[in-house]
Amino acid sequence: MTIVYERPKALTDTVTHYCPGCTHGIIHRLVAEVIDELGIEDHCVGVAPVGCAVFAYNYFECDMAQAAHGRAPAVATGIKRANPANIVFTYQGDGDLAAIGTAETVHAAARGENITIVFVNNAIYGMTGGQMAPTTMPGQITQTSPYGRDPKLAGYPIKVCEMLAKVDGTTYAERVSVDSVKSVKNAKRAIKKAFEYQIAGKGFSIVEVLSTCSTNWGLEPVEALEWLRKNMIPYYPLGVYKDKGASE
Amino acid sequence: MAEKVLMKGNEAIAEAAIMAGCRHFFGYPITPQTELAAFMSKRLPKLGGTYLQAESEVAAINMVYGASAAGVRAMTSSSSPGLSLKSEGLSYLAGSDLPAVVVNIQRGGPGLGGIRPSQADYFHATRSTGHGDFHLIVLAPNTVQEMFDLTIEAFELADKYRVTAMILGDGMLGQVMEPVDISRAGNVKTFPKEWALTGTQGKRSKNIVNSLYLEAEELEMLNLKRYEKYAEVGKSARTDNYLTEDADVIVVAYGICARIAKNAINEARKNGVKAGLIRPVTLWPFPKEQMKAAAATAKAFVVVEMSMGQMVEDVELSIRCSRPVILCNRTGGMVPTNEAVISAIMEADRTERS
Repeated sequence: MTIVYERPKALTDTVTHYCPGCTHGIIHRLVAEVIDELGIEDHCVGVAPVGCAVFAYNYFECDMAQAAHGRAPAVATGIKRANPANIVFTYQGDGDLAAIGTAETVHAAARGENITIVFVNNAIYGMTGGQMAPTTMPGQITQTSPYGRDPKLAGYPIKVCEMLAKVDGTTYAERVSVDSVKSVKNAKRAIKKAFEYQIAGKGFSIVEVLSTCSTNWGLEPVEALEWLRKNMIPYYPLGVYKDKGASE
Repeated sequence: MAEKVLMKGNEAIAEAAIMAGCRHFFGYPITPQTELAAFMSKRLPKLGGTYLQAESEVAAINMVYGASAAGVRAMTSSSSPGLSLKSEGLSYLAGSDLPAVVVNIQRGGPGLGGIRPSQADYFHATRSTGHGDFHLIVLAPNTVQEMFDLTIEAFELADKYRVTAMILGDGMLGQVMEPVDISRAGNVKTFPKEWALTGTQGKRSKNIVNSLYLEAEELEMLNLKRYEKYAEVGKSARTDNYLTEDADVIVVAYGICARIAKNAINEARKNGVKAGLIRPVTLWPFPKEQMKAAAATAKAFVVVEMSMGQMVEDVELSIRCSRPVILCNRTGGMVPTNEAVISAIMEADRTERS
């Protein structure tokens, strides 16, 4: 008998706390598969955020730190500078990365910090129960934008890949999705490339993954995937926003 | 005799940190501590280390968190307004039991305040450095030499107890130049860090550095355990005493105020008043026992500090208000005069012995 599908070695054998239908599980698996395939588990250090992915430190089978809200890129910087041979990644949500941690994110990119960020964008604060995020789209209803996000009142969302692509220190920025088998495969390719760039010492890389939040969007998991395709992808177009590494 | 080097207080801290094995410094410019960062930016790259100018004080302390988690001796320095911003990181360092050395060269506050010397962050350093139940070890040098010596000790204590050790100076100590013997730093103690995030290297199970505990029972247990560690630290509360044996009036002062107090005590003695000085070298743990012992023979206390009266509360608590305690203070960047301290000593001496 041949085993054709199993848990990646870089994932612990733990039941996660994620809601049914949440795409965090897929993204965790992709990161773990990449760690396995690159054979970096024994010198990999991950940094967990505050938010839905706070327990990521329990789920990845490598050394893990848990950072204060938004500070993961600064913590990762400290870890990487202390031991540059380690492969250091952060796993952050949109509130963590694009609101409270905007400065840490932009400046880690500006320094060309040789780290990898996996950025999960689901356009809402999940852990605290569905409030407006920096990535909540105009018109989108959340607990704290009950009449729909009004740009006149709450401003506009931050498009992270577009913003970081303008920063000289950014090596690689790509936006992917996990709404279909095809897009999941593509997301893995992007995450692997980001880690490969770090291994090659090419500098700052970020992969933004469009993700669902069935619970706080108030949709069935399959409906949520459809909602992502219909609403998020047009607002947050998929693709490579910067790839300095390809020409180097 | 060892050769002495003329150095600013800020530079002495930096030189000592390097001697203690610190190769990772994360800073942000703020007066009056900037010389420390400048010194590090010049020296560390030549030693294969990292000087990184962070985008903010918040980022700097979190970089220290990361570097410390990775097992190296890491440091940041700032002045009062910057410490408010570092409070978040200090709480996380404590919650994750990570060692770090943090310097506060205090200036007048609150708000943007001023840039003249102050001791108004005493409460912040010893009481409310951040949210949650925790303490820092707080060391208070009063000479440039001591800024050097205590910085080395701060790194040793931080690693030994897995806590943050703070050097609490003031703008005057940071800026003043004095000769320093930098040969004393013989064997700097180091401690194994089997908990560090260095990658498993295939030799051990994964390490986690974390301060999140959602089970209240577990968090309470961890806090209790951490306070057992603090109780152990508490045994090493330290003072430097001057003419206290026969003193009727005990002056309590730390940092630059202790030097002013010493002069005033000499003057008072010339006028027949038996005054002595207790200078806390550790502000946390506060030397309660030394205060209690002094209260057994002294009739009154004078506390000299550059704040609206913060350490004075620790003195009163330590002696359970059993003796009058007179506050001789200036604030906002002003420094108490010799005359003001002498007059406070005289007033204390007029107290009826209870």
